[in-house]
Amino acid sequence: MATHAAHAEHAHAPQAFIWKYVFSKDHKVIGIQYYVTAMLMALVAGLLAMLIRVQLAWPEKDYTWLGKIFPMGYDVGGGFGVMRPEFYAMLFTMHGTIMVFFVLSTAPVSGFGNLLIPLQVGARDMAFPFLNGLSYWTFLPGCLVILASFFVESGAAAGGWTSYPPLSALKGAVPGSGTGQTMWIIGMVFFIASFTMGGLNFVTTILNLRTKGLSMFRLPLTMWAMFLVAILGLLAFPALVAACIMLVFDRHYGTSFFIPAQIALNNVPLLTQAGTPLHQGGSPLLWQHLFWFLGHPEVYILMLPALGFTSDILSTFSRRPIFGYKSMVLAMCGIGFLSFIVWGHHMFVSGMSPYLGMAFAVGTILIAVPSAVKVFNWLATLYRSRIRFTTPMLWAMGVISLFISGGLSGVWLAQAGPDIHLHDTMFVAAHFHLIMAGAALFGVFGATAYWFPKMFGRLMSEPLGKVHFWFTFITYYGTFFPMHYIGIAGHMRRIYDPYQYEFLKPLQPINELITMSALILGASQIIFFVNFFWSAFKGKKAGENPWEANGLEWTTQSPPPHGNWPGEIPEVHRWPYEYSNPDAPRDHVMQHEPAGAAAGH
Amino acid sequence: MTARTLEQSPVHHQGADVPPAGPGAGDGGSGGGGGILADPARLGLWLFLGTITMLFIGFTSAYIARRASAGWGGELTPPPLLWVNTLLLLASSVTVEGARRRLRRWQPGVAAWLGATGALGLLFVAGQVAVWRSLVARGVLLAASAHNSFFYLLTGLHVVHLLGALVWFLVVLAKARRLRYTPGQDGLGLFATFWHFLGGLWVYLFLLLFVF
Repeated sequence: MATHAAHAEHAHAPQAFIWKYVFSKDHKVIGIQYYVTAMLMALVAGLLAMLIRVQLAWPEKDYTWLGKIFPMGYDVGGGFGVMRPEFYAMLFTMHGTIMVFFVLSTAPVSGFGNLLIPLQVGARDMAFPFLNGLSYWTFLPGCLVILASFFVESGAAAGGWTSYPPLSALKGAVPGSGTGQTMWIIGMVFFIASFTMGGLNFVTTILNLRTKGLSMFRLPLTMWAMFLVAILGLLAFPALVAACIMLVFDRHYGTSFFIPAQIALNNVPLLTQAGTPLHQGGSPLLWQHLFWFLGHPEVYILMLPALGFTSDILSTFSRRPIFGYKSMVLAMCGIGFLSFIVWGHHMFVSGMSPYLGMAFAVGTILIAVPSAVKVFNWLATLYRSRIRFTTPMLWAMGVISLFISGGLSGVWLAQAGPDIHLHDTMFVAAHFHLIMAGAALFGVFGATAYWFPKMFGRLMSEPLGKVHFWFTFITYYGTFFPMHYIGIAGHMRRIYDPYQYEFLKPLQPINELITMSALILGASQIIFFVNFFWSAFKGKKAGENPWEANGLEWTTQSPPPHGNWPGEIPEVHRWPYEYSNPDAPRDHVMQHEPAGAAAGH
Repeated sequence: MTARTLEQSPVHHQGADVPPAGPGAGDGGSGGGGGILADPARLGLWLFLGTITMLFIGFTSAYIARRASAGWGGELTPPPLLWVNTLLLLASSVTVEGARRRLRRWQPGVAAWLGATGALGLLFVAGQVAVWRSLVARGVLLAASAHNSFFYLLTGLHVVHLLGALVWFLVVLAKARRLRYTPGQDGLGLFATFWHFLGGLWVYLFLLLFVF
């Protein structure tokens, strides 16, 4: 029976290269496509960050050489190259947009979600394979539109990754507000459409296609994270779609959703021929509410997969059951729920009622409770365990470190009082780079090393992986930890030359330190790319279960064949965290092993 | 497009002899029945309706917030044709239900009732276009007031969704005419759900724009 099923599957597997690897409906191929695309986007966004840092450390230097590479970004007249301020605005806008949506939402969720969900729930593929393929081919045009926007006449969008009106609503506000902003909106709509298709697939697959015996509370925590992330995406992104549609109407059809009456462009009030205001009663704050109704769940869309990966990796390499499994699930559900009712903490300076601000602050501080539960459980899992210090384990512990240090500054920012001082300073940039960007990025690196066998059938190089980890870990803190201090000292975000202010001049040495750290951080990523491509072709063959882990994905070949299991799909008899059970013959019992295995028969 | 793919059953991907993974087998007795957890297409559709609902909740919150400030207008009243269109759309919900019941009860006339549904849907779209044209001719312009803007925006988006449903309708009609649906089963259930949802959404938008 099993062989018959296997034959049937192989008969279904497409043979032509284009259907097998390009327009594939196989979740593993789609996952790898998403992952590789996201990592290439990360290269672009990382390069933008390097330009930002160089400018902040030494804005007075001669950048004629950079002007030769980026002619649109530098004024090189008179033999002395300086960065154009509008180019700087474009850099941080596109760095944020690409990193948040096209890298850190895509690599962990669409990349590893697609790769892992059917493997970990025991399904042959996602619930809607065609929709899944379509979602990648909707995502890719979004990437291309975003990348192409750098090359339009007035440059890419420059209103910040949050695209606040009026910068985003008036086509003439800044150079990037023209075609660049239009392309930003188009790119986002592609992205959201693809993410929605993925989300439908994720929830349906996890709820409907679990194999026999796999109850919800036997799922790996990565699956719980993917499940919640998909729900967050399905419920939160429509708010941004609504906002983007209204923005398009404001930009192109003269409506007044976000544009108020009292507005001037280049010091000229916007009036009709009769002398009345062109726009009436629009509210830029409306955009902010809609944007952050998406924006805050969005940061947990980035974070939750990393928290799931960390739990799974931690348990495997400390050879311990994850401590407090159900509390971990509840904590993630709690974080997911709270993320919908705290968006106002991004807007404390917008003049909201103090009572409303208080409600948002309390809700935000409440997030510390489930977060602390998670950290406590991780530490309890590690406590007195015999840790195997592999590369994925190092990244997982890096996630814990960043989650703690980034979370602590979050408690400051959650309160309206301190936030009014720290709003739009480098302190905020430091906070979210540690907790949201850093933890998500470290999670992706950890997951890459951990599940690499299921992508390419090989292991990544451990020495290269460790060198990459330590360089990244130290320089990541070197880059973002000092930012807290300059933020408290009043160094604002999104300023292309901070030293035009006398009181910021003493901060230049710290900025130089940050920039040197950031340049090393950027350069160390070359190690990762070398490791990735070298290992994909030449790495050590992995075998089915190189880490002696318990999940269903380790019961099949590496990489798994089309249809995931050559024979029947395994049945599940336990949770995936059965490590160091004293009654078992080995130090781990896999999910599909029947009850006798644990009892030592 | 989305609607079309939702219709495809993923079960054949489970392989020839492998039984489809149970709805959380081992969940403690909840699975096994014919609930939504046994039918990925139905769950997928309901999730999709959830996102569309969130989209219009987003617009509703913007509508309520925007109504409080200047330039709202608000003198726009529903043109009489809008009432006719509303009746057309509600009637199409009745006809799609008629087709669905005939299929389930093994009675003839499924394709005819379906055809009536599509015709009524098309008439609704044409009616909406006529409403827009007559309003523009009367000088009720998109950018003149925020109420006008919301009227054109929300009715337009609803029509876009309805056009999507009409694409799905063409697929359903072709399948019905080629007798691809098994009599006695609820093969039209998913399409009918989506169609009713759009009818309900229209009634909601009508109330939001002109009553509340």
